Amino acid sequence: MAVPGGGALARRAVAASSAVRRMDGVLLVAVAALTVIGTMLVWSSTRTWAPGSTGLVKRHILNVAIGIALTSAAVMVNHRSLRIYAPLVYAVSLLGLLVVLTPLGATVNGAHSWIMLGGGFAFQPSEFAKLGLVLMLALLLAHTSRGTDRPRGLDVGISLGVAGFTMGLVMLQPDLGTTMVLGVITAGALVMAGIRKRWIFGLALVVVCGGVAVWLLDVLEPYQIARFTAFLNPASDPRGVGYNSTQSLIAIGSGGVFGKGLFGGGQTTGRFVPEQHTDFIFTVAGEEFGFLGSVTVVVLIGVILLRGMRIARQCDDRFGTLVAGVIVCWLAFQSFVNIGMTIGIMPITGLPLPFVSYGGTATFANMIGIGLLQAIHIREQPF
Amino acid sequence: MTRTKSRLLVLQVLVVSLLALLAVRLWQVQVVRGAEFVAAATETRTRDVVVPAVRGQILDSAGRPLVRNRTRLVVSVDRTSLNRMRGNGKDVLQKLATVLNRRPADLRMRIRACGPGVTRPCWPGSPYQPIPIDDDVTTREALQILERQEEFPGVTAEVQAVREYPGSTAAAQALGYLQPITQEELDRRDGFKAVFSGVDLVGRDGLEAVYDRALRGVPGLRRVQVDRLGKVIGVERQVPPTPGDTLITSIDAKVQAVTEKALAEAMKSAPAADGAAGVVLDVRTGRVVALASAPTYDPTVWTGGISEVEYQRLLSGKAGKPLVSRAIKGEFAPGSTFKVSSVSAMLNDGYPLHGHYDCPGSYMVGSRAFSNFRGAGLGTLTLHTALVKSCDTIFYRAAYEQWLRDGGLRPRGKTKEPMANMARAFGFGRPTGVDLPGESAGRIPDREWKKRIWEATKAENCRRAKTGYPEVARGSSSRAAFLKQLAYENCLEGYQWRPGDAANFSIGQGDVLVTPLQLAAAYAALVGDGRLRSPRLGWALVRPDGTMVKEIEVPVVGRLPLSPTERAYIKGALSQVPSDGTAAGAFAGFPMDKVKIGGKTGTAEVYGKADTSWFASFAPADKPRFVVVVMVSQGGMGGQTAAPAVRKIYEGIYGIAPQAHSPGRPVRAALPAGRPARELPMIKRDGTVAR
Repeated sequence: MAVPGGGALARRAVAASSAVRRMDGVLLVAVAALTVIGTMLVWSSTRTWAPGSTGLVKRHILNVAIGIALTSAAVMVNHRSLRIYAPLVYAVSLLGLLVVLTPLGATVNGAHSWIMLGGGFAFQPSEFAKLGLVLMLALLLAHTSRGTDRPRGLDVGISLGVAGFTMGLVMLQPDLGTTMVLGVITAGALVMAGIRKRWIFGLALVVVCGGVAVWLLDVLEPYQIARFTAFLNPASDPRGVGYNSTQSLIAIGSGGVFGKGLFGGGQTTGRFVPEQHTDFIFTVAGEEFGFLGSVTVVVLIGVILLRGMRIARQCDDRFGTLVAGVIVCWLAFQSFVNIGMTIGIMPITGLPLPFVSYGGTATFANMIGIGLLQAIHIREQPF
Repeated sequence: MTRTKSRLLVLQVLVVSLLALLAVRLWQVQVVRGAEFVAAATETRTRDVVVPAVRGQILDSAGRPLVRNRTRLVVSVDRTSLNRMRGNGKDVLQKLATVLNRRPADLRMRIRACGPGVTRPCWPGSPYQPIPIDDDVTTREALQILERQEEFPGVTAEVQAVREYPGSTAAAQALGYLQPITQEELDRRDGFKAVFSGVDLVGRDGLEAVYDRALRGVPGLRRVQVDRLGKVIGVERQVPPTPGDTLITSIDAKVQAVTEKALAEAMKSAPAADGAAGVVLDVRTGRVVALASAPTYDPTVWTGGISEVEYQRLLSGKAGKPLVSRAIKGEFAPGSTFKVSSVSAMLNDGYPLHGHYDCPGSYMVGSRAFSNFRGAGLGTLTLHTALVKSCDTIFYRAAYEQWLRDGGLRPRGKTKEPMANMARAFGFGRPTGVDLPGESAGRIPDREWKKRIWEATKAENCRRAKTGYPEVARGSSSRAAFLKQLAYENCLEGYQWRPGDAANFSIGQGDVLVTPLQLAAAYAALVGDGRLRSPRLGWALVRPDGTMVKEIEVPVVGRLPLSPTERAYIKGALSQVPSDGTAAGAFAGFPMDKVKIGGKTGTAEVYGKADTSWFASFAPADKPRFVVVVMVSQGGMGGQTAAPAVRKIYEGIYGIAPQAHSPGRPVRAALPAGRPARELPMIKRDGTVAR
């Protein structure tokens, strides 16, 4: 029996199934594998919180499920029409950042970056700010003021203004890690949009000088300076700020080649590394899965990044290319800094490891990012 | 677009190289330096907790406990973690004081390290050990601390075994006491070091010190896994502790109690008395049945940290230094009890056993007259009567004659020194070797000794011979004059063994010093089989389940150079002292037909003090089983103070009703069969004693 509208539904279903078929399978598998690994690590690192504690891993699975739904939604979006929504997404993300600064926001681990939703759920607008900025910058730089594919001073200026607005709000929380990610997103977008080399060097110089000025003018919180000092010399205060890096190295190093097995990590069980289900989750991978496991994580991240760049290259649409490229920059920076800090080659910053760390908003944002990559891939595939 | 794509390629190269950098670093951390981090992980993740072994009990010869363990809830504070807190954990101590109902200042004092200028209570142990600050808290108090650990960081409450003394003051000095181990002692120990344990104690005196290793057992080890807050989350390895061995002593708790009571009463009866000692030996084995020293104290004061007032009291002369065992550390002139050695020296030197000896009221030794006690002449006596009536002049004469034969003031070649050598054969002048620490050697002076002393004191004596004693003269000019004259003589001819020295020696005066235990061991050799034994308190070491570890032998350290006839003769003479001799008054009415007592009184003069009262005895006189020696410092005459105390000890041992002149309830026999325990008490598998 024919139902009115049934034909439209069927068409959609066909479109969806063909979309699924035309998705980047390798990217899909890599993200899925990393998510599964992440779930196991979250389980392992939170199971000792209370006897038989599975509360947090269940919540993580729920987060992943929501993330998959969001990904699916993003995949359905035609990125050509996304540019219409880009300013809206950016505006909403700014609104979120503003709300955090009102009494509705809550402080966790020194950063005032959360909105409590009740029922133990919380929302971190700065994660969505990354997405909003990605889309907004891609929009601004894909369609330059003169219609050329080389952004002019005005475009760069507007882009910097837009980015600065977001970064400024995040700095107020203060959240240094996310600010740095936003900076990398901005830099990535500008460089890939094809700004002149002298602009690149000039901006780089400004960033370096700004960094030095920040250092000298005492803008940073003392703990941030201490973290940096501890990075340069972890032995300076092994019980204080150097504690995190020392303990995280011990956990990863003691994993050896093959690791101690899932749930077998004594350092993880003893919770010697703080924040081991979020920012320091890589230490669990290192201890329990060993060198083989931790390199697998690095390889999976590499696969995601390379597939992302492939999608960016294959896209004929400048907006799509920029969105894909900048998402890669974002994920690459965040992954490198996160893993790097656990093995002592980067200073300690509060950034989660994409697809692995526990954390709802970050999972959603990362998943939507992947959804956008897939969407771009699908639309650019020759039929 | 081409520019964008080419820049994407640059990004790709950058991303790949950064990921490669991560992989290389992971290789370095996990593969190359893996072992190093495994070691570091083990160190951070585990804590070694030493489980102290339960210290062995000390039992008496019937299996009654002299020292046993009692479990107590002990609250300890870890000073290292307190010092890491703000204000050195002042808030925690404040809260703890409230819970324990103590003053915070008191708790603060207890956790200070002992040292110069620090008054007790203070902590004499290792600074890394948790310091027990209250060792008898209630369960409720302990729970308050344990359930709110976050409010009491560094504070623990655990069940520990503490020493308990069922006999209270009984044999306090012989048993000794425990104190927290010092860092040096800890370093010397092998096995698991109880760095984290607040209960690691070491025997500081008495049997606790001598048998410390056996009593202590072997501590166990528990390697626990901890989380980053130090909370225990699991046990990785466990080596159970081996409990300490039980020390069975030959002490009989009842005889010990009787002896201590007798000493206390003797001290009360002699107003000047400032200390007393009593020794009961098993003649046949050389084992110690009782060893007492008065004044005494309750060793419970040591558990849980002694207070400054208590500690000073124990050390003070006013309290009579109750920590010092006068039985083994007290050196006193033995007086006439020493004549058994002198008479033996005479026999050995050829004086006939059955000869007759003149006992005038006084005898000229060189240019000086030496008198009998109260100057009475007793006519011609046998050696037997000389001992019973305690004639001095016979011994003066013998000593003088021997002195002359040895060359007098100018000896040539090797001297015979019969008196001094016989005294050494009786074991005087060197420690008996008893299984107690800090024993004194006593002193047997001779020509050699005199010369050594003179060389050591010459300079000072010669200076004093010139300058005199102005500081003494202010108080008493006659005493100062005496001292100056003494200094002058000592400076000039102090090396000389003068005839007076020899005469004084023969009656246990002058420079002769013995300990009560030495005298008891000598008498045991004389009235026993002639063998000199090194007395033992420890009889056997057994495991808590009753298995024998080892029986402690009593070593024979010498043999008296006397024939059995000579020994029997002296023994026979001494057997008459309590019935007819100098102790007859003390033993008036004693049922000698039931238990015949033998013995010798001693009244030793001490310059500037009242006489030392001695009675050295044995019973039954014909086949001796016990030697009992009592010494009362400043107790007066031997027959008046020491002998009645000995009588009370025998009354206690044999269960003899006291006489009207020393009223009291009839004593139940401590050893009804009249003999010391001959077999070790049976300890059953569950640790109880089969009676």
